[in-house]
Amino acid sequence: MEVWEWGSGDSSTLSHPHTSIPLYPLPYPHTPILPYPHTSPLSYLHTFILLRIDKITKRFPGVLANDQISLEIEAGEVHALLGQNGAGKTTLMNILYGLYQPDSGQIYFKDRKVKISSPRKAIELGIGMVHQHFMLIPDFTVAENILIGFKQRGPFLNLKRVEQAVAELSHRYRLQVDPTARVQHLSVGSRQRVEIIKALYRGAELLILDEPTSVLTPQETHELFQILRTLTAQGKSVIFITHKLNEVMQVCDRATVLRNGRKVGTVKIQQEGPEKEVIKENLARMMIGKEVSLETERTALKKKPVQFGKEVLKVEELEAVNDQNRLVLKKISFSVRAGEILGIAGVAGNGQSELVEVLAGLRKAVGGRVFLNGQEVLNEPPRKLLEGGIAHIPEDRLRMGLVLDLPLPENAILGSFHKAPFSFKIGNALPGPRWLNYTEIRKFTERLIISYDIKTPHPEATMRMLSGGNQQKFIVGRELTRSPKVLLTVQPTMGLDIKATEFVHQKFLEQRENQVAILLISTELDEILALSDRVAVLYEGQIVGLLPADQADREILGRWMSGL
Amino acid sequence: MKKPVEKNTEKNRKVQEWRRGRSFLFLYSPLLSFFLAILLAFLLSSLLISWIGASPLLAFKALILGAFGSLNGFTETLVKATPLMLTGLGLCVAFRSKVWNIGAEGQIHLGALATTLMGVYLPHFPSFISLTLTGLASFFAGGFWAAIPGWLKIRWGVNEIITTLMMNYIAILGINYAVHVPLKEPGGFLPQSALIQPSVELPILVERTRLHAGILLGIAGAGVLHILLARTTLGYQIQVVGLNPDAGRCSGIPVGKIILIAMVLSGGFAGLAGMGEIAGVHHRLLENFSPGYGYTAIVVALLADLKPLAVILVSILFAALIVGADTMQRVAGVPNSLVLIIESLIVLFVLGSRALSYVRHPLFFVKDNGQRTTEGKLRIS
Repeated sequence: MEVWEWGSGDSSTLSHPHTSIPLYPLPYPHTPILPYPHTSPLSYLHTFILLRIDKITKRFPGVLANDQISLEIEAGEVHALLGQNGAGKTTLMNILYGLYQPDSGQIYFKDRKVKISSPRKAIELGIGMVHQHFMLIPDFTVAENILIGFKQRGPFLNLKRVEQAVAELSHRYRLQVDPTARVQHLSVGSRQRVEIIKALYRGAELLILDEPTSVLTPQETHELFQILRTLTAQGKSVIFITHKLNEVMQVCDRATVLRNGRKVGTVKIQQEGPEKEVIKENLARMMIGKEVSLETERTALKKKPVQFGKEVLKVEELEAVNDQNRLVLKKISFSVRAGEILGIAGVAGNGQSELVEVLAGLRKAVGGRVFLNGQEVLNEPPRKLLEGGIAHIPEDRLRMGLVLDLPLPENAILGSFHKAPFSFKIGNALPGPRWLNYTEIRKFTERLIISYDIKTPHPEATMRMLSGGNQQKFIVGRELTRSPKVLLTVQPTMGLDIKATEFVHQKFLEQRENQVAILLISTELDEILALSDRVAVLYEGQIVGLLPADQADREILGRWMSGL
Repeated sequence: MKKPVEKNTEKNRKVQEWRRGRSFLFLYSPLLSFFLAILLAFLLSSLLISWIGASPLLAFKALILGAFGSLNGFTETLVKATPLMLTGLGLCVAFRSKVWNIGAEGQIHLGALATTLMGVYLPHFPSFISLTLTGLASFFAGGFWAAIPGWLKIRWGVNEIITTLMMNYIAILGINYAVHVPLKEPGGFLPQSALIQPSVELPILVERTRLHAGILLGIAGAGVLHILLARTTLGYQIQVVGLNPDAGRCSGIPVGKIILIAMVLSGGFAGLAGMGEIAGVHHRLLENFSPGYGYTAIVVALLADLKPLAVILVSILFAALIVGADTMQRVAGVPNSLVLIIESLIVLFVLGSRALSYVRHPLFFVKDNGQRTTEGKLRIS
């Protein structure tokens, strides 16, 4: 008899892992539908696999988002899906919820092969999703929100019945929600409960929660965990998407770790006991990645020793607030020398975006000083900073870096259209418009396309027609040809495949040899370690540590990143 | 950056190929689909005409002859086209920067007011100087009226659709008041201002018609705006701000300033349209001198796809429909409100053809390796 691994789901010769009693006659897989394990007479003996994902692959232009991912969700478990940004969690869940179609691979729900062509199909099957940003209409009551998109008979709304059903559900799963309350008056935690009830009302047996705790206070998080326990006790399954390890340890039964679109492994969680810390450290290592390092995969990357110049960018006690007026940069100080790459690591959302926005002149700082080449430039307009030698490769390239509906040439001159040779003036002293020189602009675009190996159907195609990787190469090329003194770059290789990533890294190293000061902000530790000369870690708006790259190691950085 | 490697024949060949292929992008013609849409609109409305028992052929013949068939009709068409053209041109600029200026009607009124004030109170100069001063005054009067909502938008984020619309009422009612009380012709009984002096009148182009020099101003304006939008850094910045203000701000474009400039240009052209009406047609300020040119111009600008040169064509088309409608009613017994139906059908069909061409455009079907394909995935967003 084969050894039956925990959750391996090889069904032909089943025996229970703890008892090793062969289970004959098997309800599984010959009986296709078995609602809950606890309703089956044999349920205490075997685990029922609600959902099986088999070798799902999803490719976007230039990016392999999911590479042969297999996963099993048992009935009545909370299954964590762990991974950094861009690891492929969201893509996988969008496939499950019918928003994307996989390129290859199968999905089995209750042991039936299914094709989830739309969210409606997913709901019909019994898969519910609670998005990170709630899909509720604030002016409607809870019951009205729950009715949205729900097929019902006759032209009239039967709100009373819905309200009753909601009350019943909230009693059964201990989700305290008043069905007649307007959503706009509810707290964030209650809104999340409404989303959960909405999914349950539609008959969800599998709930996907996308980073559910990112918007909650600690108390609300605690309440959510209670709810999850109630749900699983009654046979529902939950997929819990997160990158917070502590929460996984508190509430999950098993955890699957994804990295760079691949599955690293599935681990059984012990919420108590001595092994807890070991498991946690293991998970951290799996998430950040150790065995697949840059040295083994990317041999081409060679860092030459460089003589550092003077401090080109100097930041002193910088303070800034985010859009919600919360202080997210708390007296940050650092400096970058010419020819040096300063890597800033950290989990996303710890102030990285705000830091770069302040340095690029897009966000006003509330305190501190910034020096560019010895000149104070805090809160200067972007144009002046660009003139001063700052180049910015933004995090959100579609929003901040490109104009998707304009052709490539117009995008190529985005930061430098006002200078020769792209534009000229007739009679320098006279007032009047500056004229664009399209001959030069086209020549420049063609040079950019060739030297940065950008794949485009035509040099005057609109930017929209390029793949994400080529768009990024285009931005990198555009910014680097402006011969900057300081390069600000956030997640420069997010969503790029290995070849494009290597290319971009190579270009950064070339700039470093040309005495450019580079501030590299990334959540990818591999990238930070491979490129940086010094590494700092940003945690909750503060630099919690700064090390020369040769002393930095993954363990220390990982600990700093999680605030330990 | 290093010079390109000119010797590399492979790459040179690629560049040559691109340069040859450039003409391909212009092969797809929006003009063709525009005329097809007009044809379809006429076909469908001919069904309506036969349904009410008239002859569609007779009706369309009367419509076209009424608008273009006689010197009088043709010049009248151009007279009606002038304010539509000037206002539509201005709206092209505002709409390109994605500022929805609905207030052209009010800006026309402000331009008219400025012209009247200049025409009544300006000391006597040679006509050329008077007209230049009046033109500047009405341009900046309209521009000022548009700058207020523009400033409110960039400073406080106030929705410009609401403010421009509301400022229409202020302008229109304000001018109604002006011609009743302060500007009323001394000794007159009608609510109208005194006649403007002859040196401020726009010259008549064809004798014994109302065709005035405003149409030349419109055509010249279209040329200037076309060059401004397509060839200068200002036009480029307006385009970038309209399509992606965040990217604009990131690359150092002063977004607020550009929006304000676009608004002033837009209102300025509407102000010139107001000048054309007063200095060219009525020669005095009246109540309701504009039958909603500012609103029709919105449709004109949108149908012209925000292209200044196309505005010339579209505004003449709309003016022809207005002028020809009366002849059609007289000759064919078709009510002239049918023209409104034809107008709406044209709008619907043009928008429809644009939506279709957007999807079917061969360049939107792109394979991952960059080759064009007819069966590839639709790559929008």
